Amino acid sequence: MTPFAQLLERLVFSPARSAKIALLRDWIAARPDPERGFGLAAISGELTFSAAKPGLIRALVAERTDPVLFGWSYDYVGDLAETVSLIWPAPASPPGPAPTLPEVVDALGKVARTEFPALIARWLDSLDASARFALIKLITGGVRVGVSARLVKIALADHYRIDVNAIEEAWPAVAPPYLALFAWLEGRGPRPLSADRPVFRPPMLANPLEEADLATLDATDYRAEWKWDGIRVQACAGPGGVALFSRAGEDITGAFPDLAEALRGLHAVLDGELLIVRDGRVAPFSDLQQRLNRKSVSARLLREFPAMIRLYDILFEGTEDVRPLPFDERRARLEAWVRRTSPARIDLSPLVPFRTWDELSGLRAAAREAGIEGLMLKHRASPYVPGRPKGPWFKWKRDPFVIDAVLMYAQRGHGKRSSYYSDYTFGVWTEEGELVPIGKAYFGFTDAELAWLDRWIRHHTIARFGPVREVEKSLVLEIAFDAAQLSNRHRSGVALRFPRVSRIRTDKRAEEADRLTRVLALVENRRDAA
Amino acid sequence: MPPHPETWLLVRPEGLYCEPADLFIDPARAVPRALITHAHADHARPGHGAVLATPETLALMTRRLGEGRAGLSQQPLAYGESLDVNGVRITLHPAGHVLGSAQILLEWRGVRVVITGDYCPRPQPTCVPFTPIACDLLITEATFGLPVFRHPPAEGEIARLLRSLAVFPDRTHVVGAYALGKAQRLIALLRAAGYDSPIFLHGALFPLIEVYRAFGQTFGDLRPATVADKAALKGALVLAPPGAIQDRWARRLHDPVLALASGWMRVRQRAKSRGVELPLVISDHADWDELNATADATQATEVWVTHGREEALIHALASRGIRGRALSLIGRGEEDEGGGAEAEAVEEAA
Repeated sequence: MTPFAQLLERLVFSPARSAKIALLRDWIAARPDPERGFGLAAISGELTFSAAKPGLIRALVAERTDPVLFGWSYDYVGDLAETVSLIWPAPASPPGPAPTLPEVVDALGKVARTEFPALIARWLDSLDASARFALIKLITGGVRVGVSARLVKIALADHYRIDVNAIEEAWPAVAPPYLALFAWLEGRGPRPLSADRPVFRPPMLANPLEEADLATLDATDYRAEWKWDGIRVQACAGPGGVALFSRAGEDITGAFPDLAEALRGLHAVLDGELLIVRDGRVAPFSDLQQRLNRKSVSARLLREFPAMIRLYDILFEGTEDVRPLPFDERRARLEAWVRRTSPARIDLSPLVPFRTWDELSGLRAAAREAGIEGLMLKHRASPYVPGRPKGPWFKWKRDPFVIDAVLMYAQRGHGKRSSYYSDYTFGVWTEEGELVPIGKAYFGFTDAELAWLDRWIRHHTIARFGPVREVEKSLVLEIAFDAAQLSNRHRSGVALRFPRVSRIRTDKRAEEADRLTRVLALVENRRDAA
Repeated sequence: MPPHPETWLLVRPEGLYCEPADLFIDPARAVPRALITHAHADHARPGHGAVLATPETLALMTRRLGEGRAGLSQQPLAYGESLDVNGVRITLHPAGHVLGSAQILLEWRGVRVVITGDYCPRPQPTCVPFTPIACDLLITEATFGLPVFRHPPAEGEIARLLRSLAVFPDRTHVVGAYALGKAQRLIALLRAAGYDSPIFLHGALFPLIEVYRAFGQTFGDLRPATVADKAALKGALVLAPPGAIQDRWARRLHDPVLALASGWMRVRQRAKSRGVELPLVISDHADWDELNATADATQATEVWVTHGREEALIHALASRGIRGRALSLIGRGEEDEGGGAEAEAVEEAA
């Protein structure tokens, strides 16, 4: 367990994606089969156990520690698994050999429930603190280190110098510990293939439109559609099963049994937006967040947050790969496919007809519906290619809202920004004249502005809380954001979508910053118009 | 019946006072006569009249505080030697914490009292090793006085650091380490593990390294990080005070991996809130098991706790029939691993 525990520890403290990939590559190169495969599966959530409840771990530690000392320790550390891993006393008699990760995985699969507490106690006796932590997290189903299955595939692709899409296609044919996959990647075996299991294909992405671009583009070459404010998904359905993938390739089928049910019996790979829709109206993004990142979902959530997919494109019709076809032909195929199959919980995102850029610009400005983020422009002849090619597709977001807010707190960033105060909490005034925080922004500024803000914060600090500095309430930041939504998570009662610093307003005094009522009005306006 | 130490070892605003010898032990403010366990700033304050300490501690204090500020008069007392002060016999024994750190044995009218100062029972290459001293009353620290603090072997932590250098060969590894004790110990551990490349140091670390060298210690090739250019630091190891590793000073480093060597790194939230990518659990203090084992080994029937998490240690001692008392001395834990004050101070100065 120790090598696996060390990998977990490094991953959890390394926010940078490049560092995570380097650590995964090292693991792939250094660890033998089947340990490396089980390790990759455990950190990416492809292999989960819920063999033990936290109550069992608590009971085991209670037999071995003073309750007062345990209580003080738990208060100090704040996490049960971590407290137990640290406080677990050395056994009275020498413990047996420490289990390896494959031994743990193997035993979890076949040990009877009644023998389980004694087995876990024996394992905890034989491991060091880091490995105990990894073990407890593993058996209680909670190894979370910010590594998706897609990132594991990218690390494999990097390591073996192979196209990541080839790994994606082989992936459904293998299971932890992925022996056949490693055999293929290392030239010791055939390529694992599984004809009809759902496979993630990286989606085609758009570049932001600069308004100056419009002059160089011919309006008759482009099709427009609304850009919906949900999450982009790929729906795969076929005789081998159904799956829903996020834009980054994460399998999110488990959180959307309603959609999985709707996809069953169909045979296609589709590109669309996952939305919560009630009475034909797209709900705010915060409603969709209620459904994300769940392993299972209750009947109440399914009822109150009904999900659907609004289709943009088609990648496979049956077994036919239609990605090389021009956009207009794919669109015709998609429309015909929807007419023919009339699927539940799935509809078509309409094309927005227009003749000139001016006309389209007017439509964009007039769109007030909450679920619309802006427009997409797609070249009529564009094939569907993975990644973000420059030219064929553009996103043309609606103009953001802007408010003037007051900087309240600043926190250091991570990685390259760890020496800069780069995360800013800002607030606006209540009617009572109190500043209330409404959001946090950590991008939107130039390097020069970052250096300026960093210096300003150091010279205007009035209190410190660990990595956070409270500053004098005197600097006005112009904050841009895409939407304002009601939220009971924030004291102000409002949450901003994609807030960023658009300008530093040294020309304004803090008293001139906006009031909360104005921000709340932006929420209400949307509701009324929608 | 000899007098109970409560009658002649008193807690005064200045700190712990030995009445028959008329001197303070590690006083928090300037006093006429001070007996100093070791040279960390929270134990060795400037401006005392007469200072009694090991020769190493006197040299370190003088370097840190400046000539004349580390006692108007200094009297060295080597490990194992005794001195009689008004009938109180004073002997210094190694504490294993930093160079020159001492436990103080006071003997008066048949009663033996040991004051540990900060101490570390596991042997380490830069200090004379600690041994427990039999006594009636033990006055101990409890910086890591919770059962979650059990330090792993330092060699294993060094191995993790060296492994990280292999996995990230282009990134500068910058390790936060306190200037007195931790930095020298890290370098010695690295050399013992076979790391013989140059080690780059923040300028604030050199003065005390020189004192260690004057007492015969060697550290191999050490270079200033401040003058090295960014390319030269690619894949190199840099040591700096904890406050500097994530501050403006660190911008000169090449895509740094931030590491911090401290017993506090045992707790993830501590490492996370410092933005540390590679926490190294290396401490110069006794851990929970060692605090308890030391108290037992001295056979003391009573234990006073100067600073740290005293309630847990006193609770554990009581379960073994040892009477405990919290002294809650003020001004402790400001340097070294005791807290973050020094880190922030360095940050402002850098």
